[in-house]
Amino acid sequence: MSTPHFLLDGLPVPFEEGQTILEAARAAGRYIPHLCWHPEFAPHGSCKLCVVKAAGRYVSSCAMPARAGWEVESDTPALNTRRRTLLQMLFVEGNHFCPACEKSGDCQLQALAYDLEMTTPRFTHFFPDRPVDASHPDVLLDFNRCIYCELCVRASRETDGKAVFALSQRGIHKKLVVNAESGRLADTDFAATDHAAHICPVGVILHKRVGFRTPIGARTYDAAPIRVVAMRTEADDD
Amino acid sequence: MTTTDEHVEAALQRYGHRADVLLQILVELQARVGWLPSALITRVAHALGLPRARVEGVAGFYSFLHLAPVGRYRVLFSDNIVDQMLGSRALMAQLCDTLWLSPGRVSEDGLVSVDTTSCTGMGDQGPAMLVNGQAIARLDPARVNEICELIRAQRPLDAWPAHYFAIDDNIRRRDALLGSAFVPGDALRAAIALGREGWLAQMQASNLRGRGGAGFTTAVKWQACRDAPGAQKVVVCNADEGEPGTFKDRVLLTRCAHQVIEGMTLAAWAVGAQQGLIYLRGEYCYLRASLEAVLAQRRRAGWLGAGIGGVAGFDFDVEIHLGAGAYVCGEESALLESLEGKRGTPRIRPPFPVTHGYLGRPTVVNNVETLAKCCLIAQHGGPAFAATGTAQSAGTKLLSISGDCARPGVYEYPFGVSIRQVLDDCGAREVQAVQVGGASGVTVAPYEFGRKIAFEDVPTAGAFMVFDATRDIFEVARNFVHFFAHESCGFCTPCRVGTALLRNTLDKLAKGNGSAADLTEIEDLDRLLKQTSHCGLGSSAPNPVIDGLQKFRPAYERHLRNRDFVPAFDLDGALARARQMTGRDDPGAHLDNATEAER
Repeated sequence: MSTPHFLLDGLPVPFEEGQTILEAARAAGRYIPHLCWHPEFAPHGSCKLCVVKAAGRYVSSCAMPARAGWEVESDTPALNTRRRTLLQMLFVEGNHFCPACEKSGDCQLQALAYDLEMTTPRFTHFFPDRPVDASHPDVLLDFNRCIYCELCVRASRETDGKAVFALSQRGIHKKLVVNAESGRLADTDFAATDHAAHICPVGVILHKRVGFRTPIGARTYDAAPIRVVAMRTEADDD
Repeated sequence: MTTTDEHVEAALQRYGHRADVLLQILVELQARVGWLPSALITRVAHALGLPRARVEGVAGFYSFLHLAPVGRYRVLFSDNIVDQMLGSRALMAQLCDTLWLSPGRVSEDGLVSVDTTSCTGMGDQGPAMLVNGQAIARLDPARVNEICELIRAQRPLDAWPAHYFAIDDNIRRRDALLGSAFVPGDALRAAIALGREGWLAQMQASNLRGRGGAGFTTAVKWQACRDAPGAQKVVVCNADEGEPGTFKDRVLLTRCAHQVIEGMTLAAWAVGAQQGLIYLRGEYCYLRASLEAVLAQRRRAGWLGAGIGGVAGFDFDVEIHLGAGAYVCGEESALLESLEGKRGTPRIRPPFPVTHGYLGRPTVVNNVETLAKCCLIAQHGGPAFAATGTAQSAGTKLLSISGDCARPGVYEYPFGVSIRQVLDDCGAREVQAVQVGGASGVTVAPYEFGRKIAFEDVPTAGAFMVFDATRDIFEVARNFVHFFAHESCGFCTPCRVGTALLRNTLDKLAKGNGSAADLTEIEDLDRLLKQTSHCGLGSSAPNPVIDGLQKFRPAYERHLRNRDFVPAFDLDGALARARQMTGRDDPGAHLDNATEAER
């Protein structure tokens, strides 16, 4: 074989030098679950949903360059159990009440939980106190749902050239902050037309006055599971 | 009264208007102002041309930087298990009672706040504390009373009795490094005579491996940095000795500062670096002045600066950066982020620091002890060094011994010494377990005391904590798990949430509300942390619990309320909110768990 390839769950995946396992898999039409990875940005590697076992080691497939001849396991019961546990962690860490959430049906966290058959939260909820910020005229921030993927941080910095968002504190107390002494989004230069306003995979950044315009039942992941949606629309996904 | 602006100006003047010294500026302002008010954050961001949110993000990351007011006297008790065994918790309660306050709160008059902090590196002379960042060791009830009086009298810290701040070296066993007399410049002179190539060849022959824990071969690191493209290269000394129970770098930086800095210069000679940085943990800020003095002395002697040793083009100098209370910064890529003035989040690797390190430059990061050992290799040759220790672990290792033993302190042994030998030497009796390598290390049980300290058997960064038969090994692990949850940077899901869940589960067991199912859950969390964490902090966080469950399972099972059934939830805990709302906390407002169980 002239192009190098590795084996993903037993099937060959060709790759170009420098491509990560996840990128090569996508190019070959193979889905590996992810939340913090986005085709427009450099790998981040924080959510760990894309964990795979490559040549016997657990690695983040979004960040690990592919190597010829590697045997990579991804869609296996053992790894999906790990991913389910990571999802359960994300659910109990924040306050996720899907039935009352405007992002329900369009939320990647929820969609992945369905796809990976997460049926219980398993762990005791942390129930953190995270006040919402409704100060901005066009956009609402509901920090209860933040999963710290930093996509808004990166989009604002790299695409919008603004740096509206950043992370502060650390560990389980880590939190998303905005670029204003008052701590209010209204006092930043954030605009509803920013790329950062359209990139949240969960329900933190919500546009006002459009809530429930698309009825639940007719939303993105109501029609097709995330393993299908992620492969076709991610680049221009809102 | 100095205004905020004047403080900011002074800090900027000292460090320059550079974004990469943001952390140093914030450390300086924290010391000057006592906390970092929101207007000050805005002011610093403006002056450095950084987004305000980024400055807030950095300030919020480090334990010793405060975005909310703290007391004018900030008292932090070292909370490592060894300090606790020496009575730190009782002393903290005594201080709080005397000053009428509770831990974590600021007194009404803003005078004082008291809290705990991660191990301050004084395990050989605990219990220890930091007062406004300054280390005080060997606390006892009498000294705590005196401290209360000094705080009440609002006596400035520099007017407190000097002997409070005296730190002992407690060197108990000397070998190749601690036993040799060192004349500054000797090692460098020898290495320069060998030429850069010849010197690197000696390092290769020495088989020296990193003393920071991972045990990577030093010469391989140096060679990779030397061969990496890029004219500007950097040597970093990792003096962020945060592993609970270790303090040997503290002693090396006190006693052997010349060897450490000469080691950095030897690294610079091999790799062709111009810039050197020492990342000194905030807890050791008291060492800064003496280190600066050594740097100045070496500049005067021509061992730092331009044309070192008379060699044209051998230009190298060293600058000290202070940490600010973040264990994760001991991880080399997090350390580099911190040196660049950012949050100490470990980087994705590859690329590795040897090709893309500090400010993207090829960088060698070496531990304090590793660098000091380089002097021995330059003086006596690589083969002589390789001939000591074991085949896979050449040379000696400094151990920081604390806990239940007669003679805590620093011991230097050739690699390959047995744990039993070390225990005999330090005067440990009826030993139940030894924690080798700190919280992230290995819990060694008596049947393993014949094992050897070496990379190929029991590896260690230096900590050696002894626990006798009276100690509860479950409580030891619980202390470490609290430490990891506190120190997790929060970047990746498994470590951020997993360490907090592990902490909560061990707390549940400690309260007597655990069941067999919790042990299974703990084991599952352990596996997830090991397999999916972004860096070594997360993957080693479950080590003490894994070892504990394997070797000391009865210590865990003793804490189970019932080994057979699974309580769905904690009944009494569910009433906490009702108690809070009614302002009650009397016995009548609590369910009697004992009666409940019988029913």
